[in-house]
Amino acid sequence: MIFTIAGRELRILFLSPLAWAVLAVVQFIMAYLFLAQIDGYLMLQPRLAAIEGAPGVSDIIVAPLLADAGTVLLLITPLITMRLLSEERRNRTLSLLFSAPVSMTEIILGKYLGVLAFFGILIALLALMPLSLLAGTALDLGKLAAGLTGLALLVTAFAAIGLFMSSLTEQPTVAAVSTFGLLLLLWIIDWAGADATQTSGLFAYLSLLRHYETLLKGLFNSSDVIYYLLIILLFIGLSIRRIDADRLQH
Amino acid sequence: MHQQVLIQVEHLTRYYGQTCAVSDVSFELTKGEVLGFLGLNGAGKSSTMQVITGNLAPSAGRVTVNGIDLLDKPKRAKHEIGYLPERPPIYRELTVDEYLHYCAKLNRIARNHIARAIDTAHERCGLGDVRHRLIGNLSKGYQQRVGIAQAILHTPAVVVLDEPTVGLDPIQIREIRALIRELGEEHGIILSTHILPEVQATCTQVQIINAGQLVFADSIAGLEQRLNVTSLIAGFHAMPNAETLRQVPGVTQAEPLADGKVRLHYADTDPSEALIAQAVASGWRLYELAPERRTLEQIFIELTCSDEPGRDTEAVA
Repeated sequence: MIFTIAGRELRILFLSPLAWAVLAVVQFIMAYLFLAQIDGYLMLQPRLAAIEGAPGVSDIIVAPLLADAGTVLLLITPLITMRLLSEERRNRTLSLLFSAPVSMTEIILGKYLGVLAFFGILIALLALMPLSLLAGTALDLGKLAAGLTGLALLVTAFAAIGLFMSSLTEQPTVAAVSTFGLLLLLWIIDWAGADATQTSGLFAYLSLLRHYETLLKGLFNSSDVIYYLLIILLFIGLSIRRIDADRLQH
Repeated sequence: MHQQVLIQVEHLTRYYGQTCAVSDVSFELTKGEVLGFLGLNGAGKSSTMQVITGNLAPSAGRVTVNGIDLLDKPKRAKHEIGYLPERPPIYRELTVDEYLHYCAKLNRIARNHIARAIDTAHERCGLGDVRHRLIGNLSKGYQQRVGIAQAILHTPAVVVLDEPTVGLDPIQIREIRALIRELGEEHGIILSTHILPEVQATCTQVQIINAGQLVFADSIAGLEQRLNVTSLIAGFHAMPNAETLRQVPGVTQAEPLADGKVRLHYADTDPSEALIAQAVASGWRLYELAPERRTLEQIFIELTCSDEPGRDTEAVA
């Protein structure tokens, strides 16, 4: 049942030009950044060769590329998740799901999986760029895997937040703006007090970016993974509650 | 119980904040019945239907569908319900077939039965010609039919239709009414409307809801009884005076009307025959004699516009 809903969600996404446009634009921008990174690496290469234990291709090209990808996804996730529930609410199509023998959890998980499938496709396309380097050089595949896992976790958390925001409103644009606001806030939250003598541990922990950075370095800490899982569970749980509340009060 | 009760609503109450939309409504629906739900705008028709279909949680009360409690086992109960809300819940980006396929899967129709279920729904709702077209490009009438197709796709025990004929042209309305009657043979149907003749044309049971309360509940036959009132309208070219008319056996009162006719009230026996005999014998030159009937409109207005619904509330119990 979850997969039925997820399948429809993915299908509707690709029936609108939005998904295609997002894929194309992201691919174009990332390709440009990728080329810029390669260019930079080629300029540095003679000097790097002289240094003992110098950082390799994975550190100089792949890690910054994935870091940029995180930022780009921060910008486009709200566009993809905004219509998940708000549009159904606006068109009054939610009653189709409510009167079918489907639980609220199934509805939310279905929608979530549908949008994750889209991001899966997006990340797979992005992963092709660093992987293309294999044609000419050796890559630290462990580091690449950690980085891609980080990106996947990051985007899964983004999507959960977007889904929740979409469940709050009837207006897709409002959902997009509030998703973007919350994501950006969580992205930069550790900037608060950054120039003070000591940064707040709580704010640093809350930052989406901090946990991603460790993964990009190739450090697979369970605490980072747990952080993302907590965010996902929290916002999925809130979305289910929110949708359930639709039946209770108006 | 010899008749199969498909839906049972007991003491249903629903508040929106402080406003009471539905207050202590109870009724039941048995197989083969078409229940017409009448009421003014905002009377609580849609709220009641939303509760029955699980789109809205009741503040108090119980709904059982085919013996399954809607709140305890929502999934099993919802399997027995097909619902067409006021605005059909259609996805404009999908074709009719894609949409119905999705609905079939949502309603857990077995994979090998889906194609047949869709074909049946097409046939019943006359969608054969548009099955590959985008729903968004269809006319309102066809969209409405797609909504109905979606509601009957999984052959539910109860089909709930919220104002199914709104916005349709007269031909389409006739077709939809015929479809509803046909469906009524196998399913229990609850239908809300504020078009009164529609109820007389399609339903077997009538309920009138006003300000959240059920003020009238009876079968169409019972309603017909109510529509007959004990009076006749008679026109004479040589009008006898009221006193003479009162002498006719059975007539209790004669009330001259403005247009030269007279209204004759009677108690138990219809005085028509006696009156005609008398008219011929006395040369009153009777040219018109008609039993007076109240229209459903009159009953409806009586029930919904008076502050006190009066004796009709007792009929509900």
